[in-house]
Amino acid sequence: MNFETTIGLEVHVELKTKSKMYSPSPVAYGAESNINTNVIDFGFPGTLPTVNKNGYRLGVMVALALNAEIEHHTHFDRKNYFYPDNPKAYQITQQDKPLGHDGYIEIEVDGKKKKIGVEELHVEEDAGKNTHGNNGYSYVDLNRQGTPLIEIVSKPDMHSPEEAYQYLENLRKIVQFTGASDVKMEEGSMRVDTNISIRPVGSDTYGTKVELKNLNSFNHVKLGLAYEEKRQAAILKQGGHIGQETRRFDEKTGETFLMRVKSGADDYRYFPEPDLPDYEISPEWVAEIKANLPETAAKRRVRYINELGIPEYDAGVLTDTKEMSDFFDEAVSYNANPKLVSNWLMGEVNGYLNEKKIGLLETKLTPEHLAKMINLISDGTISSKIAKKVFKETISNGTEPEEWVKSKGLVQESDPAVLKPMILEILDNNQQSIDDFKNGKDRAVGFLVGQIMKQTHGQANPKVVNKILMAELKSR
Amino acid sequence: MDIKKETIASLHNKLVNKDVTAQDLATDALGKINANEEKFNTFITVNDKAPEAAKKIDDEGIKGPLSGIPIAFKDNIVTEGIKTTAASKILYNFMPVYSATVLEKLEAAGAIDIGKTNLDEFAMGSSTETSHFGTSVNPWDLSRVPGGSSGGSAAAVAAGEVVAALGTDTGGSIRQPAAFNGIFGIKPTYGRVSRWGVIAFASSLDQVGVLSKRVEDSAAVLSVMAGHDDHDSTSSNKPVPDYRADLNKDMHGVKIAVPKEFWHEGTHPEVLENVNKALDEYKKMGATVDEVSLPSLKHAVEVYYVLASSEASSNLQRYDGVRYGYRAKDVKNIKDLFVRSRSEGFGDEVKRRIMLGTFALSAGAYDAYFKKAAEVRTLFIKEMNDVLKDHDLIMGPSTTTPAFKIGEKVDDPLAMYMNDILTIPANLAGLPAASVPAGLADGLPVGLQIIGRPFDEQSVFNAAYALQEENKFYEKIPTALKGED
Repeated sequence: MNFETTIGLEVHVELKTKSKMYSPSPVAYGAESNINTNVIDFGFPGTLPTVNKNGYRLGVMVALALNAEIEHHTHFDRKNYFYPDNPKAYQITQQDKPLGHDGYIEIEVDGKKKKIGVEELHVEEDAGKNTHGNNGYSYVDLNRQGTPLIEIVSKPDMHSPEEAYQYLENLRKIVQFTGASDVKMEEGSMRVDTNISIRPVGSDTYGTKVELKNLNSFNHVKLGLAYEEKRQAAILKQGGHIGQETRRFDEKTGETFLMRVKSGADDYRYFPEPDLPDYEISPEWVAEIKANLPETAAKRRVRYINELGIPEYDAGVLTDTKEMSDFFDEAVSYNANPKLVSNWLMGEVNGYLNEKKIGLLETKLTPEHLAKMINLISDGTISSKIAKKVFKETISNGTEPEEWVKSKGLVQESDPAVLKPMILEILDNNQQSIDDFKNGKDRAVGFLVGQIMKQTHGQANPKVVNKILMAELKSR
Repeated sequence: MDIKKETIASLHNKLVNKDVTAQDLATDALGKINANEEKFNTFITVNDKAPEAAKKIDDEGIKGPLSGIPIAFKDNIVTEGIKTTAASKILYNFMPVYSATVLEKLEAAGAIDIGKTNLDEFAMGSSTETSHFGTSVNPWDLSRVPGGSSGGSAAAVAAGEVVAALGTDTGGSIRQPAAFNGIFGIKPTYGRVSRWGVIAFASSLDQVGVLSKRVEDSAAVLSVMAGHDDHDSTSSNKPVPDYRADLNKDMHGVKIAVPKEFWHEGTHPEVLENVNKALDEYKKMGATVDEVSLPSLKHAVEVYYVLASSEASSNLQRYDGVRYGYRAKDVKNIKDLFVRSRSEGFGDEVKRRIMLGTFALSAGAYDAYFKKAAEVRTLFIKEMNDVLKDHDLIMGPSTTTPAFKIGEKVDDPLAMYMNDILTIPANLAGLPAASVPAGLADGLPVGLQIIGRPFDEQSVFNAAYALQEENKFYEKIPTALKGED
């Protein structure tokens, strides 16, 4: 029996706002417990929500970037449930009038392009966080309570773990390039819930849906789904049936384990939020947001190739993350040669990041410093050998390259009046090399250049040295 | 000083002329409240710091009309540093860390918060009998309820403890106790007054208002506390008139609609007699009175109890024993903490409404209850507003009977609910509505209800003022206060 897999994904993305979705408290990751809170976040009696317009704007932005239709007459709804990290015991969300619907994300698997539908997108608020101490107490931190989220619900259009993986990769990239979110799985600014079912090929009803949780990376999503495909197929082949359940992915074993069996749907008693008036989204506002949508990764890639002469592969690497692409664009804006900027980012910079296992923004390197350093190479002020020293200093300590080069006396020696007497002396002392050169051994040139570099501590301009040396060699 | 003979204006003149200080007024009020407490039980908490705050006003000099005037606040309005309980065990020790906008606005105008008045638990009730702190008593008859839920505020005004008190009105909680206590009370248009800091019962119906012996005093207070508030997205930014300065008792050409459904078969004959007498007065003053029909009124109680209880079931979920208020002891786990804190902290009436609302919102019942009720509400709003297209005001009785006996309806929730039938319409439609004394039935006060167009509180005040100046009901002394002077 052959089976067909059906996968649907629910993705929560934190929107990058200064304040919370329905309260003016600041949003910040990693602050001291319960610092970023006020009476609204604590659900004190008598408090009321107000809508963060910027949070909503970012939500519309994401919806537009995912090709969704925008709903103009929306309202908010309450989703009721008790939990210690949920102070009002309801979450303000959008149930029956979400801000966007019917979007899609394009993916490419095995060279085939395919559109995965986005059912709907809505804004809502995040819950706080519970931690359990080993003294028998549990602790509630409400810093995260009220953080703006957009939930992106896919259609059940994915038929393999690889498609789900590609959907997530592209979703992450699209959202990241709008600037609406950091979309970092490791910081929880992007979270994924998956639903998977399988059915015999040709069947016209879906199989029983299993929900998969504890997926902390896209790779875990892929592995977890692949495990589920196999597990469910094995059960069906033996004539068993799939239970409607929630399962947990175990990253150590790569297997999934039963968390709980679902006994009917949870009843969240949704109803319209009476504390907030209907939210009207004018077509003008949507048009304005659309007109100001930041350039997508795909568009940047094309621009790098066509306008900046960057090779296709390199343009792909540069646009893999918004961080890298923004860094590149800014460095180029300081009049540095785009190809050289690209080479440095993909070579030395990436090497450094891999070695230190850190992100681009965690280093002290700025686009301006990288551009300056590259310009110092281009105008012959420093040699590429010296540049490596300058790079190390700049990326580790944030030192301004030009001043450092001057203060350390690392400026390249390009003056023929200084270099020529040195070259003549070295030639005088190395008759053997001159003879070798005359006998067609090009290696001799390399040796002589090395001698000059040694004597100038690497600061001699190789171009100038070469020119003088070749002229001298030919004339002897 | 005999507060029941004073108005905000007369007190203001005495303060300006230095016949009395704000500190004296505050000290007197506290003395009177404490002396009365055993008899009327109108306050849950008094503000011992009121004389201190009043002294500050004296030192700074008497400024606006409310400067130095003691005002009582219903105990579901949060006050920073003063215990706020909503008359519930679940908030028996709750100390707010911020103040309601209405309190801040009134204090900014120099008013003195004299204390927190009794109410039905979470404003759910029509008698104050559901209060965790015991029932308040009606000064017109010590065996009767003062009405509710703003019963403490109404009785405090009727007993001459304060010249004005704030109440809240979700289904009649200002107008019914005002009627029962022979005073004036107004629930403004939904959105006229900020709900920030008002402990929610039913968010789409709750509105803060004022109770006072005289119409002009409520007008003075409402002008100060109304207006837009950035904290409350449902508050309106329409400009706020000076209601007291604009009072006008000329009723010539005013068109009054009288819905025949308000002449309910269960209504006490003497209540109807008093209301009819008031309507005759308006005719004499030059108003016209037309009978109209509100066919959906027969569903109002059902619609109200479904919607209000649904919202309440959600609004009251936050009382879980985790962050503030009552917490059950020796709990086994988190679920046990939730269940026991709520089971022990809420009273029966609150639990009844939470269960009713939870059911009405549940997946199997939502369409037949919540959704249907919301649709009928929309229909009803249209009917009310259609009547107000051709009429300036809608009038009728405020209540079906005068104040009932303490204990009379405690075990009959349906009878208690039906008691709200005449006041609920204005809440469902969000319209401004007041109750003004119309006369006595068996020695107990009867209220005339006046409903106006959205944000036309002025016409409501004017009509009430015209009747007040005609019948001078404020000169009548409640039975329990006779011989006090």
